[in-house]
Amino acid sequence: MLIDKNKIIRDIIIRMSHKSQNNIKVLEAKNISKEVTSLEGPLTILSDINFEIYQGESVAIVGPSGSGKSTLLSLLAGLDTPTKGNVVLNSTNLSNLDEDGRAKLRAESVGFVFQSFHLIPSLNALENIMLPFELAGNKNARDLSWKIIKSVGLQDRWSHYPSQLSGGEKQRVAIARAFATEPAVLFADEPTGNLDSRTGTKIMELMFEINHNLSTTLVLVTHDQNLAKRCDRTISLDVGKLVSDQRHNE
Amino acid sequence: MRGLLFSLRSLGRDLRSGEVLVFIIAIAFAVGALTSVGFLTDRIGKAVSLQANEILAADLRLRSQEPIPETLKDLANDFNLVTAEIMWFPSVIYNKEKSALSTIRAVSDLYPLRGSLRVSDTLFGEQRKIDEIPLKGEIWAEASLLARVGAEVGDFISIGELELKISSVLTYRPDQSIGFSSFAPSVLINIKDIPNSNLIGEGSRVSHALLVAGQENEVNDYKAAIENNLPESVRIQSQEDRTDRVYSATEKAKRFLSLTAVISLLLSAVAVSMSARRFTSKRMDAIALMKSLGATQGFVITVALIQLFLFTLFGILIGSLIGFAAEELISKILLDLLQQTKLPSAGIMPVILAALSAKVLVIGFALPSLIQLRNTPPLKVLQHEITAPAPSKILIIGLSFLSIGTLLYRSFDDFSMLLVVIGGIGMVAILLYLVGRGMAVFFGKAFKGVGVAWRYGFANVSRRGRDSAIQIVAFGIGITVILILTLVRTNLLDNWRQTMTNEVPNHFLINIQPHEIESLSMIFEANNIAVPLFTPMVRARMTKINSQSVKEREYPNEEGEWFVNREANLTWANELSSSNKIVDGKWWPSDYEGPPLISIEEEAAKNTGLAIGDRISFFIAGNEIEAEISSIRKVNWDSFQPNFFITLSPFSLDNMPTTFVSSLHIEDIGQSLFPELLKLHPSISIIDLGVIIEQVEDIIKNASSAVQVIFLFTIGAGIAVLFAAVQSTIDERRFESAMLRALGARRSTIFVGVITEFAALGSAAGILASAGASLIAYVIATQLFNLPFSFDLKIWLVGTLCGVIIVCLSGCLAARTAINAKPADFLREAAN
Repeated sequence: MLIDKNKIIRDIIIRMSHKSQNNIKVLEAKNISKEVTSLEGPLTILSDINFEIYQGESVAIVGPSGSGKSTLLSLLAGLDTPTKGNVVLNSTNLSNLDEDGRAKLRAESVGFVFQSFHLIPSLNALENIMLPFELAGNKNARDLSWKIIKSVGLQDRWSHYPSQLSGGEKQRVAIARAFATEPAVLFADEPTGNLDSRTGTKIMELMFEINHNLSTTLVLVTHDQNLAKRCDRTISLDVGKLVSDQRHNE
Repeated sequence: MRGLLFSLRSLGRDLRSGEVLVFIIAIAFAVGALTSVGFLTDRIGKAVSLQANEILAADLRLRSQEPIPETLKDLANDFNLVTAEIMWFPSVIYNKEKSALSTIRAVSDLYPLRGSLRVSDTLFGEQRKIDEIPLKGEIWAEASLLARVGAEVGDFISIGELELKISSVLTYRPDQSIGFSSFAPSVLINIKDIPNSNLIGEGSRVSHALLVAGQENEVNDYKAAIENNLPESVRIQSQEDRTDRVYSATEKAKRFLSLTAVISLLLSAVAVSMSARRFTSKRMDAIALMKSLGATQGFVITVALIQLFLFTLFGILIGSLIGFAAEELISKILLDLLQQTKLPSAGIMPVILAALSAKVLVIGFALPSLIQLRNTPPLKVLQHEITAPAPSKILIIGLSFLSIGTLLYRSFDDFSMLLVVIGGIGMVAILLYLVGRGMAVFFGKAFKGVGVAWRYGFANVSRRGRDSAIQIVAFGIGITVILILTLVRTNLLDNWRQTMTNEVPNHFLINIQPHEIESLSMIFEANNIAVPLFTPMVRARMTKINSQSVKEREYPNEEGEWFVNREANLTWANELSSSNKIVDGKWWPSDYEGPPLISIEEEAAKNTGLAIGDRISFFIAGNEIEAEISSIRKVNWDSFQPNFFITLSPFSLDNMPTTFVSSLHIEDIGQSLFPELLKLHPSISIIDLGVIIEQVEDIIKNASSAVQVIFLFTIGAGIAVLFAAVQSTIDERRFESAMLRALGARRSTIFVGVITEFAALGSAAGILASAGASLIAYVIATQLFNLPFSFDLKIWLVGTLCGVIIVCLSGCLAARTAINAKPADFLREAAN
């Protein structure tokens, strides 16, 4: 089936207009806390976190190691549930959903880019990109994925397996997979953490470009101050607490 | 539907991943092993069964005191079966003025349908097989009878109105052991002579038998068709009904095969379970990713189940091919081993059964691991170290027991054996686990002062705690099973073979009168033959049980009813025969002079429903005696000693008409004294057991060859399990080796560390497995096979050495890639 180019452009325009309005809440953390049980007793990883993220925003979550960044990302994405408080994603309170409900919501609205890429070793580059389409039961998985792999410039390496790709190429495949279903929110966990600075910069350029084109909301966890500065907003954590929430454009 | 499409679409890619291949290979191996064992058991079972059927001279024997209805014969023909008829009755034969009582056996063409007759041309001359019966007008007579009436081959003897020419000396009939002690020596004549003989009139004591033989399924169909519509007088005898030496040997042979099959099954189960564990752990990352991308639990489990089904199917297909190939090979080996030209064909059934078994194995041993995938937390994509909650232990144990129980129940009805083998292995497994955990704690605390490599090895055992224990269990069970089978193959089979040494009695002497014992003893002494034991025998009829007529009582089965109504042979004894064992009650003291007591054989007691304390009355030559059952005996029927169902206490049968029986071993050369012996004691009958001994030896040989071949398969399966056990921690091991090398450790240091770890695991598993295998084999030998068992220190040495060598070798092979490769490759791979 041919993709209607005009439709894609029309969609992008609609999203851009939404971004300009900048007032549609896509993600909300309401008093969320996370406790785990350790040998020494209960351990608080996150405590009373509150913020809202709007459509089209790019938000960096920063903080020293052990400050709870990745835990916060997992709660926002519905990969884990908070001990207290609520996460509202695309107007849906995640606390009201069971694991399958959250999975369905992720399938519809969420994309991921991970520090360690998480490509399936037995699938080639194209097949890795096809995965979210196939999970959604889309019959045109191959055609759609082919378009996307071209957009990240890996069309010549489509048949290569993860072990045959460089770190930057793997992350490009991962980004292509994450944006494949045009998610409302893209979560990225240290996306350049495993890459050298030059490749990391290229990858971020790519990510911001696609993010911009598709008007996706971007939430990324990073140690990289330069990367954080490129985002619209930076949320800083320390010892599980939100210490600052700064908008760079303001 | 989406799950099915996804599974089918991703099938090709999944097949490319290593862990799927390991799983498919495990299934293929299980199916291959089970199919070959199935083929073998089926074929050898059939061969052994055919051999054992010789004792009936047929596959099925219908016996009656009245002529067998023609309809039964016609029906047999309708089922494509061949038939032959026998009539037998006591009659006197005459050679001029000399006469002797004999059993006349009139047989029709094709007799015997199984086995062959043997004849010789002179008295006690060399015997040969013959595939004919006496021609009309001819007679074949046993040597003792000819000696008694002073006739030779070529002479004419008369029976009734018949004048028959002696054309051969009858030395062996396949069915001669059926009630041989009840009859006078036999002659064989053609059934066509009967109408002119005037031998059979009203009131004659004629017995009739219809012999039936053919394809196994057709015989079974025929048996099923007639079983419930038989006239009252007709009784079916099949091989299973018999309690004699050949049957006993057949049973042992089948038990050996079942035992090896059970062991193969258990090993396959362990292999499937271990490869499924690895499959699951390798899949968990991909499942977590799929879940983070929105796959639901239902979708994940549907995909996993469909894939499991498809992989199992692949495994079954490959396994069946391996099975067929192995079967071809085994048949060739067996043909050589058994020196036969043709083995009975094995059906397709073993393949179907093995495929079903594989499915059940997968459900029981792979499914629990796969169910774990459903619960893989999507959070694993961010926190790699977290894992899915382990499936409930009750589910794992329940499913595995249920599946193995189903398989074993379907395949084997030998509960005592299953109990010993599975119970024994279960106990060994628990012990192995506990020792494994203990070792982990011990190694954690001890060996602080040893070199870095050793410390690394011991620390690994300790750090992996539960995993080390599970590895010890896997290694240990693998070794235990191999050792049990080694012991069965060597110790048990040897002991069985030794029961058939040169000293096994090869002749029975019956109808010895009390006054002849002294003279016989003198003849034996004069010929340097050890004087045998003379066992008294008294003919009796059972009349009452607990004062109730035997005719009025109800019995648990037809066998029991037949047993109480037939003419019984009783004996008495001071001491318990060496081939007997008391299983209930007490044997009387050797100086016992009290009221008559009975010791009854176990099966006879079961069939008749008789128990200790029951009182039985016998009618013996006009007298009636009553005796109480005081013990129940197990009889080793393949001892070739005179054995009796009913033995009484001393003095119980005083003054009753008694003859004696004896069994003795006489070399060929000593047989020349038989004509002289018979001349002096014409009433004695001599029965040559040589052919029966040959049959038993053949069965032992068949069973041994089969066990040898299956043993090779089981060794293969066992080694596969050991490799699988090492493979289960290989990823972690690779990463650690790479890390240590990156930190500057030398290859040799890591190598010694790996060796230390596996040697510790292997020796613990080896020692415990040796102990477990010896104990299990001891119980199997003494309780299930009634064979002596000697503990062999060599097995402990071999077991421990095998444990250390195989485990170290497979460990090093598996870890070699980690030790030899560049650390950077693994660290990079691990990071990805």
